[in-house]
Amino acid sequence: MNAQLTARAVAAAVAALLLAAAPLAQAKGTLVYCSEGSPEGFQPQFFSTGTTFDAVSVPMFNRLVEFEIGTTNIVPALAESWTVSPDGKVVTFKLRKGVKFHSNANFTPSRDFNADDVVFSWDRMANDSNPFHKGTGGQTYAYFDDMGMKNIVDKVEKLDDYTVRYTLKRPEAPFLADMAMDFASILSKEYFETMAKKGTPNAADIFPIGTGAFEFVSYQKDATIRYKAFDKHFRGKPKVDNLVYAITRDATARYAKLKTGECHVMAFPKPADLDEMKKDPALAVQQKEGLNIGYIAFNVEKKPFDNKLVRQALNMATNKDAILKAVYQGQGQVAKNPIPPILWSYNNAVQDYPYDPAKAKQLLAQAGYPNGFEVDLWYLPVTRPYNPDGKRMAELIQADWEKIGVKAKLVTYEWAEYRKRSKTGEQAAMMFGWSGDNGDPDNFFVPLLGCEAVKGGGNVARWCNKSFEDLVIKAAQTPKQADRAKLYEQAQVIFKEEAPWITLAHSVRFDPVRKEVLGYKMDATAHHYFNNTDLKPAP
Amino acid sequence: MLAFLLRRVALIVPTFLGVTLIAFALIRLIPGDPVENLSGERGMDPERRLRLLHEFGLDRPLPAQYAEYLNQIVHGDLGTSLTTHEPVLREFLTLFPATVELAFFAMVFAIVLGLPAGIIAAIKRNTVADYAVMGVSLTGYSMPIFWWALLLILFFSVHLGWTPVSGRIAVQYDVQAATGFMLIDTLRAGDFGAFRSALSHLILPSIALGTIPLAVIARMTRSSMLEVLREDYVRTARAKGLSRWRTVVVHALRNALIPVVTVIGLQVGLLLSGAILTETIFSWPGVGNWLIHGVQSRDYPVVQGGILLVATIVIVVNLLVDATYGVVNPRIRHG
Repeated sequence: MNAQLTARAVAAAVAALLLAAAPLAQAKGTLVYCSEGSPEGFQPQFFSTGTTFDAVSVPMFNRLVEFEIGTTNIVPALAESWTVSPDGKVVTFKLRKGVKFHSNANFTPSRDFNADDVVFSWDRMANDSNPFHKGTGGQTYAYFDDMGMKNIVDKVEKLDDYTVRYTLKRPEAPFLADMAMDFASILSKEYFETMAKKGTPNAADIFPIGTGAFEFVSYQKDATIRYKAFDKHFRGKPKVDNLVYAITRDATARYAKLKTGECHVMAFPKPADLDEMKKDPALAVQQKEGLNIGYIAFNVEKKPFDNKLVRQALNMATNKDAILKAVYQGQGQVAKNPIPPILWSYNNAVQDYPYDPAKAKQLLAQAGYPNGFEVDLWYLPVTRPYNPDGKRMAELIQADWEKIGVKAKLVTYEWAEYRKRSKTGEQAAMMFGWSGDNGDPDNFFVPLLGCEAVKGGGNVARWCNKSFEDLVIKAAQTPKQADRAKLYEQAQVIFKEEAPWITLAHSVRFDPVRKEVLGYKMDATAHHYFNNTDLKPAP
Repeated sequence: MLAFLLRRVALIVPTFLGVTLIAFALIRLIPGDPVENLSGERGMDPERRLRLLHEFGLDRPLPAQYAEYLNQIVHGDLGTSLTTHEPVLREFLTLFPATVELAFFAMVFAIVLGLPAGIIAAIKRNTVADYAVMGVSLTGYSMPIFWWALLLILFFSVHLGWTPVSGRIAVQYDVQAATGFMLIDTLRAGDFGAFRSALSHLILPSIALGTIPLAVIARMTRSSMLEVLREDYVRTARAKGLSRWRTVVVHALRNALIPVVTVIGLQVGLLLSGAILTETIFSWPGVGNWLIHGVQSRDYPVVQGGILLVATIVIVVNLLVDATYGVVNPRIRHG
């Protein structure tokens, strides 16, 4: 009898232990995202990588205006509405009322979001004498500086608690899109002041307080970031209770985790895995046209590329369809314009150069190079979102050009070195690309093809064309989108005729998600938003 | 013994200098630019670039940078990471327990399997058992870690579903890091589920990381054992009527262990370098994962500081190994 009792007690104890040990059901509730790396920090103003934005500004902060998820349309966020003065130089935002900030162990907000927060967030970046300007550990304001915002915005003023006025130094139509970018996230002024009073001003940059859909819970370096749903979020509480980023640098491991259900959504799959993923009944592979362009730029300051006919000839000598098949494995589309088709103002009427080696040879002869010439072709040393394999692409192009007598020598450098050298104009023909970060066509035309960008180095073709430049500048100063679109459409015609680039391809992005994930929508600017994502309850 | 230790300690100073110089030079020899790495295609505002170069001290001549670096080290400062702006030492200390935990279990795995395997191979020399142990250990030794790790994941995690793919603990457990050792922290929190989860996350990375040391230990134990088994005193022990088991375990093993302990000590360096690959594949938040990211982003202070700290550990462990010879075999005297 005693023995039986003991046995029962042991069994009960073991059962209790096992129950305790059973993983808590990944209940309704916890959405796990396998991200590709660790954030550099938790402050949206300091950094410039997508990985950091995905972990910081996307879940935890809001901007005055934001991009509608899945498109580049600008929608109200912390600002309910805005007006632009007729001269395009004054933008007045009406702020949303009743927006709450998060709280944490050291801070509970005493008031709602208001104009003070907007002015503070801007002033901190723009004004050297702002007491909070000098960031934690000597951080700098990456995007603010690199986009030259100081030359765009003159001043930011609070008109009343819920009205803020931005006065620009020049009319700048893309300004609204700029304000939807991560660096323009709104911080809590009260939080910074409270932390300063407590003698720990840096804490405000380390433990983020925003208005976003998710609140910060904890970060284990290089392992996990935890968030919980913010139930007072102005757009309503997100559907899942908890959000966890499982930092998994290796793409193969991310895929394995997605397969086993250790995560629900994964970042950046390897192109080679996509076919298998699509066949997996537990997974759904979402795809979206990338907001990007991959191209070959001809340095028009150098012979023979100063001659338009040569540039056109090489355009005709390049077999883009073959490249798309071999390099992008069909996961992309041939590019004919410098902007992708998902961007407004894309000119679909532009005719691309046909693949026509015979005509190309003829053009070369006309340009005075009947026997072709030798040229260095720089190719990308790394995989980029707009180009999965620079070397393979270069080899294909080399073979294509060979057919019309142009002998390309393939050259490359380490990635940072590659970018550095490209700014000096040392290149003759080089492979490059761009991923748009604010969904405004200006974000492609000006940094990549504008005359200023020749000096800045972003215009690697070093092509400065007056008619094109006039159109693009005018478009930036025109308030109405429809009017701007017309100007950009004309600019694309000039661009094609002048052929400073061979526009190669717009790549397609993929986000594999598990089937139990509901309502996940891919974003146009390559961020990962989980505000409206839910999980199917376990059967 | 004391004189021996002092001599060894004196040797540490030039070793350290060498390590700092190599770490300093190597990371600068790789093409790339830490400041350029902080920006993408957009490129960096030239003014900000100059400001950052100045702030990081990278606008100064290399000898001056090196002198400044040595000066910092002497003052106990390893600098701050260029990407996160956190002190290098703090980042290292946050992540190091994870690496120790992994290395410890890899070593336990290697010793627990490697020693008996080596002994069996020696005793059963030229039998199937011997060939099997030697064959398997040679395979283990030759296998690239990253490939082996992926095979383990695919088979045990994806195919069989027995072990988690990667990470240190299942995401539903949010265990506060008190010691940084996940097993200890979960026990302190009294959370057995978390403890079990942490343990299950250790299995595959420990096997992946422990395989090469396992092979080395097995082979070393075998050859050392074979040598000892041929000694006269072993034959004498057997002739006196001691059982084979007793002869091997009591008389032979102790002497055979000396070179094995040396090898185990040397494996510590190997474990730390192996951790770089293992941690990357298993998303193990340790110093290996951190260092590889530091190299990729050309984070000079992280790479320099990380290498210096890891080298320090390897040096200290080797020193301890030398000191333990006397314990394993009192006949060895350091004079």
